[in-house]
Amino acid sequence: MEIEDPRPIPEPVVLPPPKTEPAWDRAAVAEMELALRVRKLDLWYGAKQALFGIDLDVPKNTVMSLIGPSGCGKSTLLRSLNRMNDLIDGVRIQGQVLLGDQDLYDPKVDVIELRKRMGMVFQKSNPFPKSIYENVAYGLRIHGVKDTRVLDETVERSLVGAGLWDEVKDRLKDSALGLSGGQQQRLCIARALAVKPEVILMDEPCSALDPIATGRVEELIFELKKDFTIVIVTHNMQQAARVSDFTGFFWLGKLIEVGLTKQLFTNPTQRTTEDYITGRFG
Amino acid sequence: MTERHFDTELKCMKDGLMAMAIQVEEMIDLAIVVITKQSDAQAEQVVELDRIVDAQEVRLDCACIDLLGLRAPFATDLRFLAGCLKIIPQLERIGDHCKNIGRRGLILNRQAQVLNPDYFEKMGQAVCGMVCDSVEAFLKGDVDLANRVIKADDLVDELHHQIFGELLRQMIKDPLCIERASHLIIVNKDFERIADHATNICEEVLYILEGVNVKHPYLHQDPHD
Ligand SMILES: Nc1ncnc2c1ncn2[C@@H]1O[C@H](COP(=O)(O)OP(=O)(O)OP(=O)(O)O)[C@@H](O)[C@H]1O
Ligand SMILES: [Mg+2]
Repeated sequence: MEIEDPRPIPEPVVLPPPKTEPAWDRAAVAEMELALRVRKLDLWYGAKQALFGIDLDVPKNTVMSLIGPSGCGKSTLLRSLNRMNDLIDGVRIQGQVLLGDQDLYDPKVDVIELRKRMGMVFQKSNPFPKSIYENVAYGLRIHGVKDTRVLDETVERSLVGAGLWDEVKDRLKDSALGLSGGQQQRLCIARALAVKPEVILMDEPCSALDPIATGRVEELIFELKKDFTIVIVTHNMQQAARVSDFTGFFWLGKLIEVGLTKQLFTNPTQRTTEDYITGRFG
Repeated sequence: MTERHFDTELKCMKDGLMAMAIQVEEMIDLAIVVITKQSDAQAEQVVELDRIVDAQEVRLDCACIDLLGLRAPFATDLRFLAGCLKIIPQLERIGDHCKNIGRRGLILNRQAQVLNPDYFEKMGQAVCGMVCDSVEAFLKGDVDLANRVIKADDLVDELHHQIFGELLRQMIKDPLCIERASHLIIVNKDFERIADHATNICEEVLYILEGVNVKHPYLHQDPHD
């Protein structure tokens, strides 16, 4: 005897695929406009090769974090992105770095002009021994801006952008060296913002900051990506997970894996990445 | 490969989960005996054991949250703990179903059998096998085994259907057995639900091992296909 199930079986509810599904993200990423493209980049310090065939795409208005053990070449790559390695003797570079459509290593490139398009924030905040105002206005003055109204506006906009305005607006003429570490770091970010770069490079910007100042800078990064593209080197993996959309893992001068941050930290594709982010490395 | 103190903590978590699973498997065995052999002693025992499983759930949940909060794990570690958080309640629910079978057994034991005990023996063994295998798949990291358990759920559904039909037949034949048969319909459902929980555990195992969510495949299908 065949007995029918007394309950009618409901039609399945058809929902759109979940938006966090990796395949969905990959398709979306493929359509994003790229701010920065690194192609087959090799770099040598004298006879010692420090970067091996780096290929990296950074979509516009996103945050890319670079992680990896000390000495793996993160800072070297970051410095290659705004040609700061030019200042180091014996550096040899092969390959391409494209900012928009421009090849940065094209001999015709004006390096001063380039650095305006690529702001840089360092690990140790490095304000000049000048006033808060002059620190922020510095980049504009180099580019020949003299109009005080333009300077005033830019200084205010940049300090607001860096989340520092309320704390310093009444003492713009005071020395920048009187600011706290966290304030100095945000001042350096304001200095980078002042010239309206397209990309901001940050090399361990929070490593000397307390959790509150770190939190401020991280919130700031989130705000800044509306207008800029950010590449950040960090040793703090939680920070990379919190602030970035994409993460690249470096090891021994090679980019081992790059992908969506949420994918890389929950289910990396490479064993080395897995070992590094779970602290099994060494 | 660096030795991590964290690995010891994860091992504790794994051991705790294993202890909970062993307890739950024992409860299923007892539940089978309750129904097939009409034994009061076993019925009382299974009801009592549920308290231990409940306590294990609370303790392991707490340990899991602590590790997530304090270690802020990534990758396999993260997926393992997230998986634990979801497997623990499944085991606890299995315990509840066994306890319910035990309670119902205490009522049914006052009355004559209405169904050949072989039916529930077969159903119970199939279900218990699935639960054992699901936990083993988790502890050994065995993808194939997890997939086999998910497939085995079809057999349990089939048995559930058969028993339901048989009970219905009995009730039609002899309305005096409606009360007993009704209880057994619920017992039948309890066993079937236990198998569903084993399936859920295996889906978590696949997630932990492969990072792929296999639940509700229709969500990933094009509705117009
Ligand atoms: N100016 C230099 N001259 C010679 N070798 C250098 C120079 N700068 C870096 N290197 C070498 O290049 C490699 C990569 O260094 P890099 O500073 O890029 O590492 P990193 O990933 O930024 O490390 P950390 O996390 O410690 O800052 C290292 O082996 C380093 O010794
Ligand atoms: Mg560095």
